[in-house]
Amino acid sequence: MSHDQSQEKLIRMANQIATFFLSQPEAGRASGVASHINKFWEPRMRRHLFDSLDKGVDGVMPLVMEASAMINRPSAPAEVDRRNDAPKSI
Amino acid sequence: MSLVHEIDYGTPASQSDTPITLTIDGRSITVPEGTSIMRASMEAGIQIPKLCATDMVDAFGSCRLCLVEVEGRNGTPSSCTTPVAANMVVHTQTGRLKDIRRGVMELYISDHPLDCLTCAANGDCELQDMAGAVGLRDVRYGYDGDNHVRARNDGAINAQWIPKDESNPYFTYDPSKCIVCSRCVRACEEVQGTFALTIEGRGFESRVSPGAHEHFLDSECVSCGACVQACPTATLTEKSVIAIGQPEHSAVTTCAYCGVGCSFKAEMRGEELVRMVPWKDGQANRGHSCVKGRFAYGYATHKDRILNPMIRENISDPWREVSWEEAYSHVATEFRRIQYQYGRESIGGITSSRCTNEETFLVQKLIRAGFGNNNVDTCARVCHSPTGYGLGQAFGTSAGTQNFDSVEQTDVVIVIGANPTDGHPVFGSRLKKRLRQGAKLIVIDPRRIDLVRTPHVEAAYHLPLKPGTNVAVMTALAHVIVTEGLFDEKFIRERCDWSEFQDWAAFVSEEAHGPEATESFTGVPADLLRGAARLFATGGNGAIYYGLGVTEHSQGSTTVMAIANLAMATGNIGRPGVGVNPLRGQNNVQGSCDMGSFPHELPGYRHISDDATRETFEKLWGVSLNNEPGLRIPNMLDAAVEGTFKGIYIQGEDILQSDPDTKHVSAGLAAMECVVVHDLFLNETANYAHVFLPGSTFLEKDGTFTNAERRINRVRKVMSPKNGYADWEVTQKLAQAMGLNWNYAHPSQIMDEIAASTPSFALVSYDHLDKVGSVQWPCNEAHPEGSPIMHVGGFVRGKGKFIRTEYVATDERTGPRFPLLLTTGRILSQYNVGAQTRRTENVAWHAEDRLEIHPHDAEQRGIKDGDWIKLASRSGDTTLRSLITDRVSPGVVYTTFHHPDTQANVITTDFSDWATNCPEYKVTAVQVSPSNGPSEWQDDYNDLSRRSRRIAGKMEAAE
Ligand code: SF4
Ligand code: SF4
Ligand code: SF4
Ligand code: FES
Repeated sequence: MSHDQSQEKLIRMANQIATFFLSQPEAGRASGVASHINKFWEPRMRRHLFDSLDKGVDGVMPLVMEASAMINRPSAPAEVDRRNDAPKSI
Repeated sequence: MSLVHEIDYGTPASQSDTPITLTIDGRSITVPEGTSIMRASMEAGIQIPKLCATDMVDAFGSCRLCLVEVEGRNGTPSSCTTPVAANMVVHTQTGRLKDIRRGVMELYISDHPLDCLTCAANGDCELQDMAGAVGLRDVRYGYDGDNHVRARNDGAINAQWIPKDESNPYFTYDPSKCIVCSRCVRACEEVQGTFALTIEGRGFESRVSPGAHEHFLDSECVSCGACVQACPTATLTEKSVIAIGQPEHSAVTTCAYCGVGCSFKAEMRGEELVRMVPWKDGQANRGHSCVKGRFAYGYATHKDRILNPMIRENISDPWREVSWEEAYSHVATEFRRIQYQYGRESIGGITSSRCTNEETFLVQKLIRAGFGNNNVDTCARVCHSPTGYGLGQAFGTSAGTQNFDSVEQTDVVIVIGANPTDGHPVFGSRLKKRLRQGAKLIVIDPRRIDLVRTPHVEAAYHLPLKPGTNVAVMTALAHVIVTEGLFDEKFIRERCDWSEFQDWAAFVSEEAHGPEATESFTGVPADLLRGAARLFATGGNGAIYYGLGVTEHSQGSTTVMAIANLAMATGNIGRPGVGVNPLRGQNNVQGSCDMGSFPHELPGYRHISDDATRETFEKLWGVSLNNEPGLRIPNMLDAAVEGTFKGIYIQGEDILQSDPDTKHVSAGLAAMECVVVHDLFLNETANYAHVFLPGSTFLEKDGTFTNAERRINRVRKVMSPKNGYADWEVTQKLAQAMGLNWNYAHPSQIMDEIAASTPSFALVSYDHLDKVGSVQWPCNEAHPEGSPIMHVGGFVRGKGKFIRTEYVATDERTGPRFPLLLTTGRILSQYNVGAQTRRTENVAWHAEDRLEIHPHDAEQRGIKDGDWIKLASRSGDTTLRSLITDRVSPGVVYTTFHHPDTQANVITTDFSDWATNCPEYKVTAVQVSPSNGPSEWQDDYNDLSRRSRRIAGKMEAAE
C-alpha cells in the first residue's frame, strides 16, 4: 500500500465514523467524531489525517472537517523518539 | 493425586422449592418435591442398585434392578421412577428385593460375554459393579440358546450377532456388550438433542442403532460423546481407553477451543492423557461436551509441533534451531535495534485469545512497560471488538449480561448471526433443550442454519436477510415494537434515559425504518418481520444471542447497539432468562479483552488516557505509560507497509490466516524486520517470521480462561510442556532479556497482580477459584460471589442509553462483475483457522472447505455438486469445491475458513467496522465460475509455505 492509498483509507475510515454520527442528534455530532478519533486513533494515524486535511484533499465529509478542530493534533515527527525509557527494574 | 470422583444420583435434581421428608432404611431425609426415591437415598448415602438410570437423563425404569419396598404400598416399585412422598417409609434391602435383583442380574449376565479381564471397561463397568452389589454367584443359563454374544453358534451364523462399529474415530460400539438400557439413546436426545440413536426391535431382538442401520460416522451423530459417558458397559467406549487402559488420576480443567468454556476432567495415566470427560459441576456445560473438547486434543502430541526455538535472517532462508537463550537475546537485541533506528513506536505485539489470562496480561505488560508503547492488539479485533464498543456505549460495560443457565428461563430467543449448534455446540444443546420445552425461536440469518429445523425444534420465524442488512432488520423490529406500543414503558422510565428513549423512538418510528420500507433491500418479508417483533415483545422473557454474523460487518458496532436498544425497549435486561449474549468465538476472547489487550485500554476496560488508571499501573510497574492509544492490527499492517512499523511479537495467533485481505497482511509482515511467532506449529504467519518460539498447550500449563459468560475457569497443568516452557514463562524470559526484572514463579502470582490492579477482579485468586470452582466477574467487595447476571436493578453506566441506528449500506456492493454475496462461518468439528483441529481425527468430518451455493446460481454457471470452482472478488481469487444446497438463498454463497489451502481471506476485502476496524468478513461481493484447479496465488503460496517450513538438518516438515 502506497502512502496515497493509506491516506485514502484513513479518509474513508474518518468518513465512516462521520456517517455514523451524522445520524445522531445534532448537538453531539462533531464532538462525537472528534472524541472517537482521539480515543482510538494512534498519533501516526491522526497525523496522516491532518496531512490530508491540511492539503485539502477531496472526498472529506464536512462533518470530519468540522470535527477536526477538536481532534488532538499530534506533535510533528521532527525526530524519531528513540528513547525507550522502560524500567530496568520493577 | 487420585481420580476426581463424581456421585451419580441416578436421576436429575428436582427444581422444586417444596421440601418433602421421608424415611429410607431408618434414616430420615428431606429432599425437594419431585425427587425420585433413588436420588433421595443416594443423598442419604444409600446406593440402590441400578443399571438403566443415571443422573444425566430422565429415568426410564426398564432394568428392574432398583426396586424397593414402600410401607403401605403393594409390590416393588422401581425407585428411579417413583417420586418421594411425605412420610413415606422405604426399605431398599429385603429378602424379596435381593432375590428379584439376583434374578435380573442373572438374566443380563447370561447374555453377556464374560471377557472381563480383557475388557476395556474392566474396573469402570456398572454391570460388573452391580453383579458384585447384588451378590451374584452363579448363572444358571448358558449361551446355548439365543444370544448376542457369539458370531457363530455351533458353527452356524448367529443372526443376533452384530460386529463392532469402529467407524467413529474416537469411540467404538460393540453390540455384543449392550444391555439395552437406553441410556445412550436418552443422552443423545435429552442432553445433546441430536436424536441420532434409536432402539430398534422389541424384546430380545431390540438393539441400539444410529439412524437407520447406519454406521456412527455416516449417521446424524455429531460425536459429542454423551452416549459414551452414559453407557454403563464397554459397549460404547473411547478408543483411547481401549488403547491405553483405565486412568489413575485426574484434574479438572477447561476446554481450550470455544467461548463456552466447558469444564473437563483430564483423566491421566502418568503424563499420558487417557481421556477428557466433561465435569458435571462445570457451571458452563453442566456435564456436557462437544467433539472438540471431548476428543480433539491429539494436536498436543502431533508430530508437527515445533519443540525448539528457531531463527533465520531472511524469510527465504531455512530455519536454524537455536538455544532458548540465543532466541531471547536475538529478539531483545533486534527489538532494541529497531526502536533505536525507527523510533519507540515501531514495534508492537499481539496477544492470544487461546492463551490464558495470565499469559495475555504479561504480553500486554511487556508491550506497555517493556516496549514503552501501546501497540498491543488481539485477534478479538477481527471478531468481537464491536461488542466491546457497542455494549460499552449502551450499558457501560462491554460483556454479555447473562450466564448460560439463564437460557433455562427464557421464553423467546432471538439468534442472530450465530450458529450455536456448530460454533458453540454445548450452548446449542442447552438452547435446544429449552426449545423442546416450549420456548420460541426467532432466527435472523442469511443461511438456514441447523436450528431453523432440527429434530423436535422448529424456529417460529426465520428471517433470511441479505448479508449486510442487520441494522435495517433490527431497526425495523424496533419500529414495530415502538409503533405498535409494545415497549416496556415502566422499565424504560426506571432504568433508561427517558429523553434519549424518546429521541430514539421517534427515529425508529419513521416510515423509512419500517419493515414494509426495508423489505426491498433486506429481503425479509414485512409480515414475517412484524410477527417476529410481536413475538419477541410479548412472548415473556426475551433473550438475544448473537455471534460474528453481527460483528463482522462495516456496521458491526451499530448492530450491537441496535441489539442493546431492542433488549432495553422490551425490558429484557437485568434478570435471569433475558439479556444480550454475545457468543464468543475462541476460548479466551473474553479474557484477552478483559486483560487490556486493546491498544487504547488497560486491563478492566479503562482508557489509556485516564490518569488515575495509568497511575495504578505506573506505580505497580515502576514505569511511565504512554497516554496515547496505540496501533490496532490493521493499522500496524498499514504502518508496516508504509515503513514505520518494523517488529512484532505474536503469541498464539495466525493473523495471516485469520485476518482479512491476506495479500495486505502478507505485504505488511514482509515489510517488517523482526517478526516473532510464538505458537505450537509453524503456522501460516510463521512463513513471514524471523524467530519462532515454541508454545505450549493448555494441558501443559496453569492459568485461567474466561468464557463468554464472564466465567473465570481454572486451567490445570496435567503434563510437562513438551517444548520445555509454558507460554507465560517464555514471555517472562523475553522480558528479562529486554531488561525487565520480572520474577513470577507461578501464574497465581500474575492473577494476584491482576486482582490488585483491576477492580472487577479484586477478589479473584487461585485459592478462591479452588474453593468455588469458577466465578463470573465482576468479583469484588460489591459482588463477593461474582455476578451471574449483570445490570440487576440498574445499568453499570447509570441509565441505559438508547442510540439511533441508521442503516448504511456497505460499500461492498454487488455489481455485474461480482454479482453474488459471500458470507463465511464455521462448522462443528473444526475450530477457527483449524491449526489444532486439522491435526486431529476431526478431519473425518470436514476434510476441506466447500462453497455452498444455491441450485439456481449453480445451474446458471454450469456448476455441479463437488465441482472445482473459482471464487473471485476484487481482492483476489481462490479455488475450492462446490456444495449445492438451498440452505443459502439465491444470490448468497457461503464457506468456512478452516483450511489454509482455501485461503478464503484472499477473497475478503479491507472494509471494516466504522468504530473498531473489525473486518467485514461477512459480506464480500464475489463471482463464481467453473475451474479446473488451484489458482496461481494458491500455487505460489503453497510453494512459499513449503520453502518457509524448511529446518536446517531436518527433513521437510509435512503439513
Ligand atoms: S456421540 Fe453424541 S450425537 Fe453421537 S450418538 Fe452419541 S450422544 Fe448422539
Ligand atoms: S450402548 Fe450402552 S448405554 Fe446404550 S443401551 Fe447399550 S449398554 Fe445401554
Ligand atoms: S469446543 Fe466449546 S462447546 Fe465444545 S467442549 Fe470445548 S468449550 Fe465446550
Ligand atoms: S435403574 Fe430403575 S429401573 Fe433401571
